[in-house]
This record gives sequence, structure tokens and C-alpha cells, in this order.
Amino acid sequence: MNKTADIVIIGGGITGCAIAYNLAKKGMKNIVIVEKKFIASGATGACGAGIRQQWGTEMNCRIAKMSCEFFETANEVLEYDGDIEFKQGGYLLLATTEKEKNQFKKNVELQNSVGIPSKVVTFDEAKEIVPILNTEPFVSATFCPKDGHLNPFHATLAFANAAEKLGVEIMKYTEVTDIIVEGNKIKGVATDKGIIETTKVVNAAGGHSQHIAAMAGIEIPVYSERHQILVTEPVDPILNTMVMSFTGNFYCQQVPHGGILMGRGDEGEPRDGNINSGWHFMDEMSKCITNVLPALKNAMVIRQWAGLYNITPDRQPILGPVNEVEGLYLAVGFSGHGFMFGPATGILMAEMIMGEETSIDISPLNLYRFERDEMVFEPSVV
Amino acid sequence: MADKTIVCRCSDVTIEDIREAINQGYHSFEELKRVLRTGMGPCQGRNCSPIIMRELSMITGIPMEKLEPGRNRPPVKAVSLGAIAEQKEGNCHE
Repeated sequence: MNKTADIVIIGGGITGCAIAYNLAKKGMKNIVIVEKKFIASGATGACGAGIRQQWGTEMNCRIAKMSCEFFETANEVLEYDGDIEFKQGGYLLLATTEKEKNQFKKNVELQNSVGIPSKVVTFDEAKEIVPILNTEPFVSATFCPKDGHLNPFHATLAFANAAEKLGVEIMKYTEVTDIIVEGNKIKGVATDKGIIETTKVVNAAGGHSQHIAAMAGIEIPVYSERHQILVTEPVDPILNTMVMSFTGNFYCQQVPHGGILMGRGDEGEPRDGNINSGWHFMDEMSKCITNVLPALKNAMVIRQWAGLYNITPDRQPILGPVNEVEGLYLAVGFSGHGFMFGPATGILMAEMIMGEETSIDISPLNLYRFERDEMVFEPSVV
Repeated sequence: MADKTIVCRCSDVTIEDIREAINQGYHSFEELKRVLRTGMGPCQGRNCSPIIMRELSMITGIPMEKLEPGRNRPPVKAVSLGAIAEQKEGNCHE
């Protein structure tokens, strides 16, 4: 079954669905999303479901703010018949070192300068926000009341459904097997359901982006690392706010359904695509969180899972065209924050693909920054 | 009074909710789980899964044995964060 499309977007996560929606809204026709499994079945659906605006670079602050503001009205704007469950209980960020404390101070100034309502809080204030917090391991805290939680499945489905209403075709359970390039130009995408002739392809394949790029003969400097999460059974409201520490290596919040969700990173995590759960994570996570939030020691863990962070050398995404292959665009390497940046990624990539000026300058996120030594380091990542 | 049969007791999901979601095009246990939360609660799908698989089979016409079951995730049984955190070194059976 062969067909033609004006653009093929590879990946049905938040990134691919948001790009498709925005392109369709701008009037582009004949858009196809190809998804190996189902909507949000990859990194998006496995993510920690946190939405924050407390970043350490101006570009990220702007991208996060744009995304957060979109989520605030997304149910209505996308005319979703469900609920994306955006709960703005804030993020309490905790520093464990003097260096981090100083960085947080600078971050808050930067955030405030672009209109993000974050602030440095005292431990007394932190205890008012999160009464069950043990402040002993920390040296300072910042809080942004507009940060929060969002349901990754429903948020992505909201974009996917809105895109479909605008005529976008979503091919679920369809695997890309090759990208056809002739004379340095995109000619089509081969799938297990047939060939799609097209001149434009967006690689939004999350944890598989490097394999998709390789199909077009392009090597991109990313690797995919397993990150794990666990959730407890639903309990009465006890933690309205996301509690997070970069140097403390954890994040934890209660989701609207009542479960308490938490994750942390580990240098020993596999980078071979493995997304099976490991026992070591549950052990470390439990020790860590019962120290920070001792009241959680009686919460019953019911499930753990894992997903892939698609990580770049500077832990910032790669957004932009590939010069060597005309018609190929990358929206990859989100390094663990692709979900919360989803709405902005959709808007900015659609603007770029349509040849418009992007509403936020994302040119620093081009693929070639690594070889030019123009990396954009973000100090605030897990 | 509406005739409501709860299939997922963890998240109060009815047979009508499940049939509606299947009819909307969610044709696997994993997709239904993400849309409805069936299988995400304390029972981890032990109660609802066989009923949902049967509904999936009846509505889609795909035989039960060809349907992919939901993915089982650890832990097998709910266990408290405190119990895991306080276990002594050497007590762990891999």
C-alpha cells in the first residue's frame, strides 16, 4: 500500500503529535505520522509527568513558559473530550551544595526576568509548601507555583486527536524500515506497510532517533539511556507539590489519581535500549525518598517502569534541519525534558518547517553546534 | 438508574467505559490501560485484565490467543517504601 505525503513525521509521542498539529493548523495538508506502536507508547508515556519552568538558560525558560501557558488552556484549545489533568501544585527545587544554592539564585533572577513567578524560599516556607519534607539534607530551596503535573497519555492524545480533526493521518503499529534519500534529497519513507513518497521528514523518534537518522545516512551525537520510575498505590493527598533535587538526584510528586510517583538517575543505567525494570533502582529510590520524605515509608509501591532519555552532549535537544539531506528535520535529543517542552517544540518546529521566523530563537539548538564547540549547557537537569 | 458494572475496582472503570474506549479505536490492553487506568491500580490488572481481554476479543473479532496481554511490571506484590529501604544488606534474593 504505497501513498504520498507532503511531510512524514516519525514518532507518535508528544513531539511528533505537537508538530503535526501545528503544521496542520498552519494549513499544511497531507501530513502523516508514522508510529511503531501507539500514541505515547515510547519515552513520552514513560516520563515522569512533571512540568517545570525553573530552568537555568533563558532559551529554556522561554520554551518552558510557552509550553506551560499552552497546557493551561490545552483542554479547550485542542477541544479534547477527556482531561489532560494539568495540576499546578508547583515545583520545590532543593539545593544540596553552596554552588547549587548560588546557581539557583541566578536561575530565579533569570526566570523572573522572563516572567516566571519563581522565588527563593526559606526552609520554613518550604515546610509550609511540603509539610512532610525533611530539610536536613538541603541548603536552600526555590519554588515556582505554576509548575506541576500533566498526564502524558491524555496530553499527547489531545494533540493527536486535534491533529486528526485537522486532517493529519496517524499510522499506528507501523514501523519505519528505511528513509529513501536520492541526490541528498528526501524521496520517501519505507515502512512495513508500504512506501510513503515525500520530500520532507521529521525525525521525532525519541529514544530511537539515532537509528532513524542512520537510515538517512546521518550520524547524530545522541545516546539513549534507561531512566526508571516507581509509583505507589493511591493515598490521600499528602504531597501537592513536586519535590526535586538535581544534586540530590530525585524527583517525587503525588499525581491527581493519588499515587506518589518518583524517579532518579543512575550512572550505571544501560544505554542499549533496555527498558526493563531493575531491582537496584527500587532499592536506591526507597532509601533516598524515605530520607527526604519520611512519611512516605508506609506507602506501598505497586509498579515500576522505565523509559529512554535521548541524551545529547549538552543535554539540550537538537531542533533543526540536516544540511546534508534536504528535507530532513530533527526534533530529537530532549535528554529527559521532551514532554514538558512538547507544545513549544510543536509551535517552533512548525514555524521553522513553514519557513517562518520562529517565535523563540532556537537556532542555537542546531545539529552543528557540537562540532563548532557552541554547546548550550543547561545547569538544571536531572 | 444506569446499569453500571464496575470491571476495574481499583479505578472505578465500568464495562461501558471499556467498550466505549475499544470502539474509539484503542485495540490493545496497553492502550486501554493508558486511557482508562485499567491495570494501573493496586491489583495491577489481576482482576480486570481477563474481562478486558474478552471484551477486546469480542468487539475486534481478534481471537483471545492472538491478543497481546498487558505487560507485567514489578513488584509482583505491593511492598512499602520503608520495607525496601530498611532491608539489611545480604537479605536480597535476586
